[in-house]
Amino acid sequence: MDGLVQLQKQLVDYTASLFHEGFLDEQFNQLQQLQDESNPDFVVEVVTLFFEDAERLLNELSKTLGQPSIDFKKLDAHVHQLKGSSSSIGAQRVHRVCISFRNSCEEQNVEGCLKNLQQVTHEYSLVKSKLETLLRMEQQILAAGG
Amino acid sequence: MAAPSSSMHQHDLPHVLAVDDNLIDRKLVEKLLRNSSCKVTTAENGPRALELLGLTSGGQNSMNGRSKVNLVITDYCMPGMTGYELLKKIKESSVMKEVPVVIMSSENIPTRINKCLEEGAQMFILKPLKQSDVKKLTCQLMN
Repeated sequence: MDGLVQLQKQLVDYTASLFHEGFLDEQFNQLQQLQDESNPDFVVEVVTLFFEDAERLLNELSKTLGQPSIDFKKLDAHVHQLKGSSSSIGAQRVHRVCISFRNSCEEQNVEGCLKNLQQVTHEYSLVKSKLETLLRMEQQILAAGG
Repeated sequence: MAAPSSSMHQHDLPHVLAVDDNLIDRKLVEKLLRNSSCKVTTAENGPRALELLGLTSGGQNSMNGRSKVNLVITDYCMPGMTGYELLKKIKESSVMKEVPVVIMSSENIPTRINKCLEEGAQMFILKPLKQSDVKKLTCQLMN
């Protein structure tokens, strides 16, 4: 039982640090509150969808920015999608970069867009790794009888 | 599409059609609505929503009138047909014009909000959606 309590404390602390560092915001709490007996895997499902969606969009963004003539409308449409998804799951830092990214698209600022793509890719990989850790910790707790 | 819960009488629950091109948002709104005791059908775009509502000529109405829609909640920004255009089509139809339509958007733009309200939207909600938003709208619009 001691091991379980330790794990639970670690999870609470880890989650708190993610909020504190701005990786996650209140919307992530909303997601966790939606998980219940009828939907015990809700958070994992939504987060997994987010990962798939984000990776697809990052690929599209990269492709679109790699074209000889950049289609800024298309770029903006993809960023808009990523902005929406990240906001809906509470991935705050990804969401924030998307806001800058949309401004760069509007200004048709190629350098700005390239920089934003780099930033959003970086923020995404950070939040992905942190969410995977968080979900792994939750699994461990469940396995330990929590 | 929603799978019925075995513990409830599905025909007693309000039926909401949720329209959004974003997969994550569709999943979220569906869960929020189910938590507010609604039966939910989702659509990923305006044309599909119109099909489900039986508003396209010659289109397949997969709800076949057996499950009347009590509320439509739609995203504003969708490629092709926007939520605003979907709202207009619903309000123009003789069959569905009485159904309340709620518009969701991540952007707080007063001219956009006014345009939707003037066209007959019952409510405008800012994304990301929270449980309190959905509880409020189901209480206000379907009782």
